[in-house]
Amino acid sequence: MSILINKNTRVVTQGITGKTGQFHTKMCQEYANGRNCFVAGVNPKKAGEKFEGIPIFASVKEAREKTGVNTSVIYVPPPGAAAAIWEAVEADLDLVICITEGIPVRDLIEVRDRMRKQNRKTILVGPNCPGVITPDEIKIGIMPGHIHKKGRIGVVSRSGTLTYEAVGQLSELGLGQSSAVGIGGDPVNGLKHKEVLELFMNDPETDAVIMIGEIGGSDEETAAQWYQANARKPVVGFIAGVTAPPGKRMGHAGAIISGGKGTAQEKLAVMEACGIRVTKNPSEMGKLLKSVLK
Amino acid sequence: MKIHEYQGKEILRKYGVATPRGIACFSVDEAVKAAQTLGGSVWVVKAQIHAGGRGKGGGVKVAKSPDQVGQYAGQILGMQLKTHQTGPEGQKVRRLLIEEGADIRKELYVGMVVDRVTQKVCLMASSEGGMDIEEVAAHTPEKIHKVFVDPVTGLKDADADDVARKIGIPEASVAQGRAVLQGLYQAFWDTDASLAEINPLILTGDGRVVALDAKLNFDSNALYRHEDVVAMRDLDEEDPAEIEASRFDLSYISLDGNIGCLVNGAGLAMATMDTIKLYGAEPANFLDVGGGATTEKVTEAFKLMLRNSNVKGILVNIFGGIMRCDTIAEGVVAAAREVHLSVPLVVRMKGTNEDIGKKILAESGLPIISANTMAEAAERIVAAVQGKVAAVQA
Repeated sequence: MSILINKNTRVVTQGITGKTGQFHTKMCQEYANGRNCFVAGVNPKKAGEKFEGIPIFASVKEAREKTGVNTSVIYVPPPGAAAAIWEAVEADLDLVICITEGIPVRDLIEVRDRMRKQNRKTILVGPNCPGVITPDEIKIGIMPGHIHKKGRIGVVSRSGTLTYEAVGQLSELGLGQSSAVGIGGDPVNGLKHKEVLELFMNDPETDAVIMIGEIGGSDEETAAQWYQANARKPVVGFIAGVTAPPGKRMGHAGAIISGGKGTAQEKLAVMEACGIRVTKNPSEMGKLLKSVLK
Repeated sequence: MKIHEYQGKEILRKYGVATPRGIACFSVDEAVKAAQTLGGSVWVVKAQIHAGGRGKGGGVKVAKSPDQVGQYAGQILGMQLKTHQTGPEGQKVRRLLIEEGADIRKELYVGMVVDRVTQKVCLMASSEGGMDIEEVAAHTPEKIHKVFVDPVTGLKDADADDVARKIGIPEASVAQGRAVLQGLYQAFWDTDASLAEINPLILTGDGRVVALDAKLNFDSNALYRHEDVVAMRDLDEEDPAEIEASRFDLSYISLDGNIGCLVNGAGLAMATMDTIKLYGAEPANFLDVGGGATTEKVTEAFKLMLRNSNVKGILVNIFGGIMRCDTIAEGVVAAAREVHLSVPLVVRMKGTNEDIGKKILAESGLPIISANTMAEAAERIVAAVQGKVAAVQA
């Protein structure tokens, strides 16, 4: 097993005809069961055409009706990305993974509000994230597939390359991954650390989890407090941004310390107090995880 | 993106928020004329820089005559204004706001931010406005009243009135308080603001509710739909290196240390900075080259880092995914040659085409130090900069 996605997931790509969408759709097709999993694309102006053998439909709804997709991945540019998320939600897909970086926060407030008020079942991952991978089964997103290895460690992170770093360390130590989830760095997003941690805790094929956080917000603290009450498997953590000065935005919209809240020190202290082993050395995330395995 | 107080007030006035009458000025003559135009007997001379704490730093003065306005304008214009938000070198004052004096009965506080947990705009208000609002928030949080605003309905009359009463606006002025709170919310929403603050919001002797200050920051991802806001950008207030970086689509922030770092991805960049600190040195910058680095981009990144005369060594940390290590290696070699690199350089590359990348570096003939892990890279650059250990050559 795995979380969120597996070889039976069927994916529609929104923004399949753009440069980024084309490039990554090809890479995802080439990974494991990609050819069976990536079965539809959406572009109202190019409906009826094909990309790399994948049929393009006018809407997500039509793609769902014709191909039975249950998951969407979004590469639509920022001005239309929130509308693309909503289109997938309205089509009642199980999961939407939004890769797009740079979506205005207000657009996300609106789409998240509608999802809540209408009690929609669709789970959102992202935006501004690398995506989700279940090694040797399916890769949905922009992460390099070859660094992953099938196994029993869960990885959840707000950042892209730092996730690859953790995965790379695990694979080198011979520890494969059940799934790796990039939840993205935006202040308003879908799944948070706590929810992904919960999925991993309930996954019988995940033995332990690496949780990677960043300065800003309180998601890591919330996840740690939930873990304290529900711990069933070891979790280790790292928080990036000990050296980040307050009030400066470090690339991600989320990575900003304001009003003395959301510092790395504070997050690390809460995680430790809740039973999550932490390291201040990002080169030792893999080693730390290995040390807590029974 | 940030704007000046006088620009923030211009926006707020459009949304029905009362402010003192005022005129923005760039010279002493303009300041004196502004005082005469405004009339009255008391004026406030306010330094316009993108940082808070201006009053404590000596950037706000009350004048009793147009001559005195001129005198204060002369003192403040051109000064290096130091506040807790500017850093020790301060910020040069190039603009002033001359305002009519206000009869302050009470100082209140109103602010707005996006709350990550509820995913709504959060209105915060307090009866304890003025210079020490951070202290109030830290020590008496019960004095900060919050409303999480429904994005569909906006700030409702009842919620606005309730907050107005809670922060001590008297009954006769509650309707004015509501107008200010709703105006501020609508301005925040319509302009895609990321932060809005009126501190202080004052109650005047005659019962009016007036914004004596205005601070607005905007979501940079939404600027494409706000030409009017972009027109308010003041490049003099921004770090020239950061402006230069944005031209090449690099995300760069100057810091106080002496080790320059070039990394792909914001999270990995922060982790690299943290590792440098762990090994006893401080990073000179945050620099994320993003996902699609070219030779040109890497060269520009090197030039940027080296503009900072504090930089005594450079650490490159790349996790090649979509971006291949050989491309980065070619960029690093070309950049090192073009800038005639004279400080130690440690490169750590991992991921796609790692071996080819390392070979390119090794065969370049340049004194590039190679490392296998982030920790090793940090250790080696710190050692090279501190001159303690002989560099291990690639």
